[in-house]
Amino acid sequence: MAVDSYRYLPRSFRPMYEGRRFPEQDPVWAAVGPVEEATFGLLTSGGLYLEGWQQPFDLDRERGEPTWGDPTLRVIPDGVAQEAISAAHLHYNTDLVRQDFNVALPLRAFHTLQNAGLIGAVAAEHFSVMGFQEHGAAVWAEKTGPEIVAKCRDAEIDVLVLAPS
Amino acid sequence: MPVLARLVEANGIPTVMVTMMPEFADRAAAPRVLGVPFPFGQPFGMVADAAMQLEVAKAAVDLLATATEPGTRVDLDIEWPIDDRTAYKAWQPPEMSPIVKHSLDQIRATRRAAAAGDD
Repeated sequence: MAVDSYRYLPRSFRPMYEGRRFPEQDPVWAAVGPVEEATFGLLTSGGLYLEGWQQPFDLDRERGEPTWGDPTLRVIPDGVAQEAISAAHLHYNTDLVRQDFNVALPLRAFHTLQNAGLIGAVAAEHFSVMGFQEHGAAVWAEKTGPEIVAKCRDAEIDVLVLAPS
Repeated sequence: MPVLARLVEANGIPTVMVTMMPEFADRAAAPRVLGVPFPFGQPFGMVADAAMQLEVAKAAVDLLATATEPGTRVDLDIEWPIDDRTAYKAWQPPEMSPIVKHSLDQIRATRRAAAAGDD
């Protein structure tokens, strides 16, 4: 059964998403090697960051500039403890990830898959962005995205799993 | 986020996007899309439900292993164990997001201007 993309969206938001037109884009495709040998990295847009070690995403500026979202990147190390994670995001209930960040960055599940031999490895580093982007989307394309690519290469990531919050 | 999926993929790193809005990701030409019927904030499932999170992660790996062409979309059929009304309330942020507040302010200002014009 097809997932209803608008099931949990406020009714007033639906036209904004349904009506959005995308320019014609060429397909992009990179071949996947054997997943049993691949190193997996994860990317969440839940606004996760390391409390006390990293700057939270800038919510104060967003409150003053409602069409702006912080487009910067945070690197989350594999094996991070639940109590080390916080989240800065004004568009969903961040208590969810403060209780269990695996709902957005499922390190526990991917380690289970690794231990079962279903994937090769879980990367040493993973990534977090803050998913509300209007004007920031251009920065994602020009700066944050290339930064993620470079860090994926540094961490020898073969496959990236992205999960918008 | 499809813009990041496309950019990473274009640089030779395969991607899969796990999303509550697969229709949107599909139209934005993300290469591989796994749709999940979950409330926002929890693309891998319920808090503390390791089995549900593992099922989603396994499905993402399976999609990576089996997809053969761009635009491949698979939707998961997992029942969210909370009624829609409660689940909708649970994912809402504690304060109205700035863009929603901004939009409502604009709508109200337009209505006020229209009402003043009627006087």
